[in-house]
Amino acid sequence: MAKSNKPIFWGLFAAGGTVTAFVTPALVLVTLFAAMRFSPDLFTYQYLHAFAANWLGKLVIFGIILLSLWHAAHRLRVTVHDFGVRADTLVAYVVYGLAGLGTLLTIIYLLRI
Amino acid sequence: MSELQKRQIQLEVLRYNPETDTAPRYQTYSVPCLDEWVVLDALNYVKDHLDPTLSYRWSCHMAVCGSCGMMVNGEPKLACKAFIHEYADQIKVEPMANFPIERDLVTSVEDFITKLASVKPYLIPKEDKPISAGEFKQTPAELKKFKQYTLCINCMLCYAACPQYGLVPEFLGPAAISMAHRYNQDSRDGGRDQRQEVVASNEGVWECSFVGACSEVCPKHVDPAGALQQVKVASTIDWYKEHLMPWVTK
Repeated sequence: MAKSNKPIFWGLFAAGGTVTAFVTPALVLVTLFAAMRFSPDLFTYQYLHAFAANWLGKLVIFGIILLSLWHAAHRLRVTVHDFGVRADTLVAYVVYGLAGLGTLLTIIYLLRI
Repeated sequence: MSELQKRQIQLEVLRYNPETDTAPRYQTYSVPCLDEWVVLDALNYVKDHLDPTLSYRWSCHMAVCGSCGMMVNGEPKLACKAFIHEYADQIKVEPMANFPIERDLVTSVEDFITKLASVKPYLIPKEDKPISAGEFKQTPAELKKFKQYTLCINCMLCYAACPQYGLVPEFLGPAAISMAHRYNQDSRDGGRDQRQEVVASNEGVWECSFVGACSEVCPKHVDPAGALQQVKVASTIDWYKEHLMPWVTK
């Protein structure tokens, strides 16, 4: 029996799950603050832009978006299968394609900052 | 001394005789049960007093042999561990889900036996040691790494609970992979590479979508789902080592 190549996607899925578990609650909180018009100096556009313009900031943002995207893609693939859709290969192409596209766009946008 | 309580239970049992039946059917037996009885006692009462044609497997009556796995009210249970007092007066008993029925509550276990054997569930020593060299020693910490997985009694309840095994019959399944993990974690063992050929394939651990039902129904608290997650992490590290750092392995 040939060894599976699923570890590529599962590795991203597992790492992404860990990252989103830590980061998503913080993002929800920050977004809530913004929605309630609570914006201390650190949340102002200039500060956030400066963070995203720095190469280390770019790397952090890229890591979080990349892993979250691939985590969500793999989760969706498995969920679709659990819901009874048996076109796994097609589903895999679509969800991983979207994650790949998202990754590409993230790189482009980050490089333009 | 209090008198033993008796309850009249309606035991609805799935019956199937391949020689005379075209499809499975249900038959209900009225069984006078003592309150401390388990479902297996009720089945034995039926067999002894009401209907000797009823077929089911059992042996130890103490959750050690793993023979009496069946669906009790739709849940995979050992009949010897399913206490009557935990159920209402109507109890439905069916053969284990996801397995072909051989007769009544008896299922065909060949698929599981083949899969279990395929992961080489025995010690494969790293090196041959002459008897004069003495025993293989193991610290309590080394034993603790795998002891929980040795408690598996091959009852197959985890396969009956696993929706993924129901969908993809080729899936190696919870108990077989946990057993592979048990030997992989053993400090005396050197057979992981051989087992990975089966375990790390598409039909191996990668069919698992971590539903976790296996661990919920396990009567011995083996936690197969936990074992499978550990196997996934280790297999993923293997994959990255093999493909990104081929100079590291072998």
